[in-house]
Amino acid sequence: MSDAHGDHAHGNDEHGDHAHEPNGEHADGHADPHAPIVHDDAQDAWERRSAAIEALLVEKGILTHDEVRAAIDDFASRTPMLGARLVAKAWTDPAFKSRLLADAKAAAAEELGLDMGLPEIVALENSDSVHHLIVCTLCSCYPRMLLGPPPGWYKSLPYRSRAIVDPRGVMRELGLDVPPDVEVRVVDSTADMRYFVIPARPSGTESLSEAQLAALVTRDSMIGVARAREPIASTWHDSGCVRVA
Amino acid sequence: MARFGPGNRVRVRTEHRPTHVRTPAFIMGHTGVVDRLHGSFPNPEQIAYGQDGLPRTPLYFVRFDAPRVWNGAPETDTLLIDLYEHWLEPADREGATA
Repeated sequence: MSDAHGDHAHGNDEHGDHAHEPNGEHADGHADPHAPIVHDDAQDAWERRSAAIEALLVEKGILTHDEVRAAIDDFASRTPMLGARLVAKAWTDPAFKSRLLADAKAAAAEELGLDMGLPEIVALENSDSVHHLIVCTLCSCYPRMLLGPPPGWYKSLPYRSRAIVDPRGVMRELGLDVPPDVEVRVVDSTADMRYFVIPARPSGTESLSEAQLAALVTRDSMIGVARAREPIASTWHDSGCVRVA
Repeated sequence: MARFGPGNRVRVRTEHRPTHVRTPAFIMGHTGVVDRLHGSFPNPEQIAYGQDGLPRTPLYFVRFDAPRVWNGAPETDTLLIDLYEHWLEPADREGATA
């Protein structure tokens, strides 16, 4: 859903993700199943540079290819579901929420049993009176250890430059109208902290389990460009597939 | 030791250096209020050049009123930006004029 808002920003640090274009992918993002598979063996300058650096580090005995692969596997295994689990627990357990707000890195490591890596993590809570929106205007800092890789639009120059100046306009374009009496706090993660949002708990979810609540917490709601899903929307989504079939 | 604490008013230095800096140009010269001290970190502006970045530098979460930074921004709205201590100077004396 979220990747519909322009996930093709190749400008900044989106290096080496160009392989889909020769495969006959249409501009609207739907691959043509009959297009011939084209192998683009030519590496771009960034790929050649990173391959050369990796080869040098291995040659000097600083790291091994297996360590690089393990690190990439770990990166790739992180998804927004990790953050969603923390949010759902915070919604149901006030003591955990206090720990999450006080020291998100420690609370996340304890709850998820995962190494959270080097950057610090800060959880910011949305409410009826405050709405946080996360951006990194200088580059593309993002809580990858909790949300996985950032969406392309998060790294794009238009988002990074506009979210800080006109957060309400950007959120409106993404489908979120924040009421005028709510304080919008744009958070610019320029340094060692990685931020994620605890969205407000939707009403009518009192009877849901923690796992059911976690399913309402989307990646975009933890960046701050969306609210958590309403439970009705998730029911419709589930039955939608049945109807199509 | 951290020079500022929550509630202190601080002004962001204006300094355009053609090097790696972690302070966005748009906030230079503006006055905000320290929301919290995040801790102290090796200075990334030195790490970028192969140095160790030590001693560690205090990092603050600083809040700015959006309409003081951007003309026409809603009075309700704020910006929260991570800023290292060497980019900040005290602004308490000017108080309400900032």
